[in-house]
Amino acid sequence: MTPHMLTRSLDRGATIFLAVVAACGILIPLSNLLLPAGSFLQVPTYLVALWGKYVCYAILALAIDLIWGYCGILSLGHGAFFALGGYAMGMYLMRQIGTRGVYGNPILPDFMVFLNYSKLPWYWYGFDMFWFAALMVLVVPGLLAFCFGWLAFRSRVTGVYLSIITQAMTYALLLAFFRNDFGFGGNNGLTDFKDILGFNVQAEGTRAALFALSCLALIAGFLICRAIVSSKLGKVLIAVRDAESRTRFLGYRVESYKLFVFTVSACMAGVAGALYVPQVGIINPSEFAPGNSIEAVIWVAVGGRGTLVGAALGAVVVNYAKTFFTSGVLAPYWLFMLGALFILVTLLLPKGIVGTFNAWWAQSKEKRNAATMASAAAEDGVTEPKMAE
Amino acid sequence: MPAYLSARLCSLALSLLLIAFALPAFAGPFEDGVAKFANDDFSDTEEAIGAVASSGNKLAFPIISALQDGRLMADPDSKKVYVTGTDGKSIDAATGEAVASVPDSASAVRLNNRLRRSVDAALGGLTLQSPDVGTRLQAAQSVFKSHEETALDAVDAALAKESNRAVKTALGEARAAILLFKSDATEVEKLEAVATLKARGDQEALALLTGMGDQPASVTKAAAGAIGSIQNSLAVWSMVQNAWYGLSLGSVLLLAAIGLAITFGVMGVINMAHGEMVMLGAYTTFVVQEVIRTRYPGLFDYSLLIAVPLAFLVAGAIGVLIERSIIRFLYGRPLETLLATWGLSLVLQQAVRTMFGPTNREVGNPSWMSGAFELGQITITYNRLWILLFTLAVFAILLAMLRYTALGLEMRAVTQNRRMAASMGIATSRVDALTFGLGSGIAGIAGVALSQIDNVSPNLGQSYIIDSFMVVVFGGVGNLWGTLVGAFTLGIANKFLEPVAGAVLGKIAILVLIILFIQKRPRGLFALKGRAVEA
Repeated sequence: MTPHMLTRSLDRGATIFLAVVAACGILIPLSNLLLPAGSFLQVPTYLVALWGKYVCYAILALAIDLIWGYCGILSLGHGAFFALGGYAMGMYLMRQIGTRGVYGNPILPDFMVFLNYSKLPWYWYGFDMFWFAALMVLVVPGLLAFCFGWLAFRSRVTGVYLSIITQAMTYALLLAFFRNDFGFGGNNGLTDFKDILGFNVQAEGTRAALFALSCLALIAGFLICRAIVSSKLGKVLIAVRDAESRTRFLGYRVESYKLFVFTVSACMAGVAGALYVPQVGIINPSEFAPGNSIEAVIWVAVGGRGTLVGAALGAVVVNYAKTFFTSGVLAPYWLFMLGALFILVTLLLPKGIVGTFNAWWAQSKEKRNAATMASAAAEDGVTEPKMAE
Repeated sequence: MPAYLSARLCSLALSLLLIAFALPAFAGPFEDGVAKFANDDFSDTEEAIGAVASSGNKLAFPIISALQDGRLMADPDSKKVYVTGTDGKSIDAATGEAVASVPDSASAVRLNNRLRRSVDAALGGLTLQSPDVGTRLQAAQSVFKSHEETALDAVDAALAKESNRAVKTALGEARAAILLFKSDATEVEKLEAVATLKARGDQEALALLTGMGDQPASVTKAAAGAIGSIQNSLAVWSMVQNAWYGLSLGSVLLLAAIGLAITFGVMGVINMAHGEMVMLGAYTTFVVQEVIRTRYPGLFDYSLLIAVPLAFLVAGAIGVLIERSIIRFLYGRPLETLLATWGLSLVLQQAVRTMFGPTNREVGNPSWMSGAFELGQITITYNRLWILLFTLAVFAILLAMLRYTALGLEMRAVTQNRRMAASMGIATSRVDALTFGLGSGIAGIAGVALSQIDNVSPNLGQSYIIDSFMVVVFGGVGNLWGTLVGAFTLGIANKFLEPVAGAVLGKIAILVLIILFIQKRPRGLFALKGRAVEA
């Protein structure tokens, strides 16, 4: 009876979540575009871009929750998949600049002219076509995750060891992308974007559309994750999380399950990065910094691990707090707050906001049920002795 | 007429006499030379340099070196020349007497490029005969580098008088370098020169031999042989050099990782704030040095000796505090511990940033840690050598502690099987707190050592944390020998990859290799076997 109620309450949470995201995805762009500037209800363009960023982070958080919350894989390198997706999109945007760059070279992006490249490196081919870049947004992070996961899961690298080597992976990529001769713009990264699919990336309409798209991607990502975790496959994933060896002894190929979910998660992170880049206007190697990946994990922990809704909520809440605190007089204390958040959430709120709320909701519901049953029993009790007699 | 003539002669004699008396009583080539500087004419200056340098006067060296540095002042009105010392005091160049001040009309004697070469050659010749061995050696080496033909006589003269073996060798090499490039040297002399340079066998000798230009066929052939043998020996030395750099890097890695190996090995705790303990140790060193600088400047050489126990106590105390207040609530949840300690590292970094500022703080090297010495063809700096020795000492002490003390025994018991240890009456929570304190304290003393070679800034710990984890994971958890082997392997591999692939690519290659290695041996090089490790 209890599991059934739990799924029902989760379903209700999921419905509310989807409705809120959909409403934001429709209303915020509309208000931004249709209402006159300065009107009370009009959302300024900078806020659209800012919230668009939060939505991308929410997708990344979903991706992390899928593997950490449901399969127990703590990846400290998911920022790498996010950044790779971002770079794939950034490469498309760079190719769209064409002759409008500072050096006016129709093929080579500005930084390549600056660094004396004579021709486009082979891995930049095809990025002038959107469909190819969009494919690469999924393929590059997915392929890296597949190879990495194939090696790691097959040899049963688990727990903190996996966390540490994912961190090493993103650190290695950070070092690599900082190099000028790597062909991705060195420490300046890719920026000065002009067009996406022929629309100006700076224009209000484009930003509003990107925001709506990000919300759509969040909804799609959420539905995919829901579909995975509520399927039979999802049950196996939870079994792997809770007792990996036992699941293996029962005959499941644990590594295949892990590899599948890890790759899906990396692809989602890549999509998040790809949507992030045109809204922020830059992608540089600092996105690979190990600290970023760990910060993304804390969003999930704050919102509630293994709840999906919580992960998205946590990403928005923590990032909103970050924006709020780092822009005011409290800026020097933000790192104290973030650090304290890491400590306090793990110590006092291990289920996160949504997890704690769900537990409380289920408990109070059970109490109410128990109360009604007790009162029913009491009523029965009046009659029962008679029957006994 | 005769009377007139004799009167003229008398007056001439008188005037000659007068002139003679008017001149300084000890006039000689040195004084004449010095006086020529006052004309500030390039050709006069050249003669003056020659005269002064060959005079043998003890003032010759200060004058020429002052000329080189633009400290030789000439007064065109009084024709007097002064040497202004680096300390601001001046002497009369001709007499060596101190003067109160140089007249305002005096200006520095000018040089052009041709004169600068003469000055260098003259100085080389002068210092070759200096009473100080170090100066002579340096002079001989500078002649070797410049190999000016003009210095040959000076070198020969010095060689005849020299008794010190090292200086004699250096002079011989300088002579060989000059002869090799001297167009009218005989073939025999040149062959000898090639042999001498071959015996020297370093990069500079190689440069001389490869750049010697047209030579007789026999000399070219001998030189080719010498070049080959030098290149071989240089390749060996560069291997030795890389190995030394690798050992040095390995010792730094080991120092940073030992503490982590203990906490990770014994408690299975991923302490992401480990790097911050290193940072706290470095800042303790900074504070100790500040106090010494302001209060007891004489103790500066002992600052590190004072800082080591203090850093151990500071970092160790904070470690125990962290264990008691945070980590003990998270046992059995390693991933949560990882997040909480990461948060802690942010807090500690920001706290240090608030207290000491975000910029690098100056931590000085005591005199016994600065400088370097040469070993064959490689240079070994004292600070790297001391850090290597210090690391090995810390490692040995820790190993002895684990083996021979009660706490060490308890720690090993808890590492191997926590529940069994608890059943045997070991207070595991006390062991945990002390272990964490010990690991943090060792990180603190690592900070003292690292403050000598790295920037002391709030980010100090961050730069070591990933490397330290790599070392521990590579070496195997719960085994200090694994950490030792892991640290030195990674250090040496890194330094041997660096010349081939470049610093950054080398590092990336190492990271990739470790990631691949973990696939083969998921529990590191020296894995503990047993059920407890699985938990």
